Amino acid sequence: MANLFIKCPECGTTHFNKILSKTLFVCPECGFHHKLTSMVRLKYTIDKGSFSEFDRKMRSMDPLNFPGYDDKLKNVIKQTGSYSAVIAGEAKIKGEPVVVMVMDTRFIMASMGSVVGEKIAKGFEYATEKKLPVVVFCASGGARMQEGILSLMQMAKTSAAVKRHSDAGLLYISVLTHPTTGGVTASFAYLGDIILAEPKALIGFAGPRVIEQTINQKLPEGFQRAEFLLEHGMLDQIVPREFMRDTLANLLKMHRVSILRNNKKFRIEQYGLK
Amino acid sequence: MAKKDIEKELRDLQSKLDNLKSEISDNSDTALLPIIKQMEDNASTLKVELYRKITPGERIQLARHPNRPTTLDYINYLITDFVQLHGDRRFADDHAMVGGIGMFEGIPVTVIGTQKGKDTKDNIKRHFGMPHPEGYRKALRLMEQAEKFGRPIINFIDTAGAYPGLGAEERGQGEAIAYNLYKMSTLKTPVISIITGEGGSGGALALAVADKVFMLTNSIYSVISPEGCASILWKDSSKAMDAAQALKIDANNLLQMGIIDGIIEEPEGGAHQDYAGMAENIKNKLRSALEELSQYEIEHLLEARYAKFRKIGVFKEG
Ligand SMILES: [Zn+2]
Repeated sequence: MANLFIKCPECGTTHFNKILSKTLFVCPECGFHHKLTSMVRLKYTIDKGSFSEFDRKMRSMDPLNFPGYDDKLKNVIKQTGSYSAVIAGEAKIKGEPVVVMVMDTRFIMASMGSVVGEKIAKGFEYATEKKLPVVVFCASGGARMQEGILSLMQMAKTSAAVKRHSDAGLLYISVLTHPTTGGVTASFAYLGDIILAEPKALIGFAGPRVIEQTINQKLPEGFQRAEFLLEHGMLDQIVPREFMRDTLANLLKMHRVSILRNNKKFRIEQYGLK
Repeated sequence: MAKKDIEKELRDLQSKLDNLKSEISDNSDTALLPIIKQMEDNASTLKVELYRKITPGERIQLARHPNRPTTLDYINYLITDFVQLHGDRRFADDHAMVGGIGMFEGIPVTVIGTQKGKDTKDNIKRHFGMPHPEGYRKALRLMEQAEKFGRPIINFIDTAGAYPGLGAEERGQGEAIAYNLYKMSTLKTPVISIITGEGGSGGALALAVADKVFMLTNSIYSVISPEGCASILWKDSSKAMDAAQALKIDANNLLQMGIIDGIIEEPEGGAHQDYAGMAENIKNKLRSALEELSQYEIEHLLEARYAKFRKIGVFKEG
């Protein structure tokens, strides 16, 4: 967010960075929810001072010696100050303990390679062990091509970790932000117990350009946007950014008691029926 | 006097009463007090008449009353912190079925229900409260989510039936209903279903394989609509009221037959006369049912749920 001005990709108007920071980076003209860096997203979401980060310095190798990948990594680390496309850690949201993971599109379009896969899987494993719910803010351009088949396998690895967390009776809320595409949608992004999205976020497996070229026709207005997906049964709710923290806290609160639940017997006393 | 005439007279009386009362508070004219007393007596007599002399036909009218409270109305009165959840994760979000998570009397619950529209536009969007397969699949998704987290499930049912249409058939209306019956029979969490208006056939049963099934006084629950029955059996849909009588679709008959577990009283004149009063009665019944169900181990609950449906049927062994 170093730029003084930011142009809205939706309506084309330009606003001062300073103005946008007061609207949570929601376009005052058209309501478009701009991409956020993972640190800004955390700031908007979690309780101040509650974050303890996991594996901050875990970073990509270049296992295939893929042309240009090493330089690309070095540059993006320098530009963003992050070592990977996802930040993970333990935090509190309005007092509710949670493992929270946030993807950052500035880092090679938040594509998923070994590091994203590892950090996501590890985050779910940690949450399973500590009996914590998980919130993931998803965003991704898809698989990290430069790591080849290793990237594809991260889909299986993360999905398996989500399954173990779910089998332990724990809550996972997936928040789909602009844009969430490719292998991330086909793995952990769409495996939430509850799936929320930001307004107008682009969400889909195949990119719109690929689809247009394949079927050789123009796509309808609003195709693959959050509103389109809600109507098609793929989302639980679209939550504007200003309500996200409260919505998450409310959902976390209502699931907290399930951890206290005696597995064999449903007991109202534990809930405290008023 | 016909029911709608009584209703009209009651409304007129009520508005005269309100006028008089506001005048009294303005100039505290005590001479008006006996008149008001007389009018109030008349009003309550009318209400009693309206309430007691209900014919099967009038009951159906009440069950289908356009102002009858809907699932979202009950959620509004009974549930706090409600988060509505959408979609079947397969094909669409069916607006004829609503559901979500919220707090009932301090405990988290999953609430699901068929949803009729409040006006024509809303009714078109919601297919007049008749769900498609995606509606039943959304309901099941939310019920399985409730099972995972050990939340009790509360279902509200008010539907003429599952939507009869091309798309519904293409996507397996029958399969969707069948699969709900199959899965609900072993859901490892308490399930309470309330028929609030029309309990239309399989489309209603798909939310009613429950530990406790309640009906509101003026609701109906039937294998087929009275109109449908009359037109099939007697080739004359105008004989619907005879069919209604013959089918025994009212709460009292169904309680006697062991089909339902209890009746929730409606306020005088029907649920649409007093949303808050209706919700209060439902709240009390839900509370006591949840308290009762919480005494049992899950295995016992499932055994009892199985036995409850297993024993229904009348026959003579050969
Ligand atoms: Zn804009």
